[in-house]
Amino acid sequence: MTILLAKNNVKEDIEMRNVYCQTLIELARKNNQIVILDADLMSSMGMIPFLKEFPERTFNCGVQEANMIGIAAGLSATGKIPFAHTFATFATRRCYDQVFISGAYAKANVRIIGSDPGVTSAYNGGTHMPFEDMGIMRNIPEMTVLEPTDSVMLIDIIKQLAGLYGMFYVRLLRKNAIKIYEEGSTFEIGKAVKLKDGKDVTIIANGIMVAEALKAAYMLEEKEISTRVLDMFTLKPIDKETIITCAKETGAIVTAENHNIINGLGSAVAEVLVENIPTPMERVGVKDLFGEVGPVDYLKERFELTANDIVKKAEKVLKRK
Amino acid sequence: MLCQKEVNQLEKFATEIRLETLKEIKNLGFGHIGGAMSIVETLAVLYGKVMKINPKEPKWKDRDWLVVSKGHAGPAVYTALALKGYFPIEELMTLNKPKTNLPSHCDRNKTIGIDMTTGSLGQGMSTAIGIALGNRLGKKDNYTYLILGDGECDEGQVWEGALFAHHHKLDHLITFIDANKKQLDGYTKDINDLGDISQKFASFAWHAQDVNGADVVKIYKAIEKAKEIKEQPSVIILDTIKGQGIKFVEETMANHHMIFSAAEHKAAEKCIIELENKLKEYLV
Repeated sequence: MTILLAKNNVKEDIEMRNVYCQTLIELARKNNQIVILDADLMSSMGMIPFLKEFPERTFNCGVQEANMIGIAAGLSATGKIPFAHTFATFATRRCYDQVFISGAYAKANVRIIGSDPGVTSAYNGGTHMPFEDMGIMRNIPEMTVLEPTDSVMLIDIIKQLAGLYGMFYVRLLRKNAIKIYEEGSTFEIGKAVKLKDGKDVTIIANGIMVAEALKAAYMLEEKEISTRVLDMFTLKPIDKETIITCAKETGAIVTAENHNIINGLGSAVAEVLVENIPTPMERVGVKDLFGEVGPVDYLKERFELTANDIVKKAEKVLKRK
Repeated sequence: MLCQKEVNQLEKFATEIRLETLKEIKNLGFGHIGGAMSIVETLAVLYGKVMKINPKEPKWKDRDWLVVSKGHAGPAVYTALALKGYFPIEELMTLNKPKTNLPSHCDRNKTIGIDMTTGSLGQGMSTAIGIALGNRLGKKDNYTYLILGDGECDEGQVWEGALFAHHHKLDHLITFIDANKKQLDGYTKDINDLGDISQKFASFAWHAQDVNGADVVKIYKAIEKAKEIKEQPSVIILDTIKGQGIKFVEETMANHHMIFSAAEHKAAEKCIIELENKLKEYLV
């Protein structure tokens, strides 16, 4: 793992979906076993360039998520390396049993990419707003659950996944991410990244909440609260060791996720703490609510997913120390 | 065409599968006997004649594949595999016992020779399609066979697959529907009437044939015919009886899963003797 941090908290120039597609094209040029499957969202996922270059390795199943996952599992049985995409809600809820049985239980080798995490599904609203996808995927034995934070991490993770065997769920922001890492950074699946050191409290975040956590950390520093920030991009297997170390060293934990606080990052961290080192902890995330329509900034306020919300929780947890 | 000797061999093989499957389930005392028995003749034709396989090399890359989507028919499939030499026949007595390699439903990670894990109905349709696609991408000429139950056709996933397989012209996917007319809770016509299954698949532009699922010659001919069909998936609707060939099971209404009573154990013992006697009659 090599980590080079970006200096400013700025938006990247390129959309995550384009980075994803380009990375897959490069991988597919070198490895003819790579195939992709979509469920009538190829254009939304930005996968048309892949289709153009590899039409025979592209399967647009139409609006058939269950069939798509089963086909991906079958393809993997013959040695193919499938990447299957659709919106996160449909990639998880809609075909859960197929992911569970044809995929995980059958020990297939499939990478499932669920796009538009949480509030980033914005104007598609409640039907399309996944606050539960990571949680339900985490419940499947041997499933790896990831949420790459920015394009640098995405490229590295996708390259790694092409060479690994198993069932993987990747939650993917389609649009531009906030740049967290500089080119040249590499990551270890299952290992959190320490973005900032601190001694009073640790904020453990993933996805779009990583940038919010960094913002919150600097706001807390102004109040003379020394704040550590972790990017927990792997939800499963969770980095137990780092969580325990941070609990020991800072004595207070705040989690921040663009997901229901039930069964997501907050739950996973709480499980580690309660069994190893009970530590005061607060969770920032969606409090058991359905999604709704609106611009991302509105939804972040609506569901209390801002840097301010993290600051409040940090102050609260410090009082419990 | 099959010569008389081959017909005898297949009928004998079917009888052996039926006999050993009955012993296997009787030994355990319970099991999915109805749907296991109804596919015995089809398994005999597939493993006895049609499928390109090598029991010494179960993962041989050029083999034909079989997905038994109605995974609860596992006990009959295990018998066919054991009789072909994939594993010792004695292993059938471990069916469903702790740490067995032979669970209720087919599991490719447990049983040598099982190509796909099944048990959640409808899912074998898609995995079989994936296997057929993968083999075609790999420029292989092998066939993927798929066995679905008729009750299983209640699942929407079957029809998602039907649409897809036609769109992709999967002519090396040959599907059987074990139309034994019953599902767990009773007759399919009373629960969610499937109507004319053959016509339904034909309307999805599949090549469809109806055959007597107890007749090895007709099953074989239907497979040969299916192989002649190009750029179109094929389905063979097997007219079968749930519990086929085991009189007391055929006559039991609730025969999807049976827990043998003392009387049924006795009836099974009688059937075993009858099947053993029948085996002696084959001129092979």
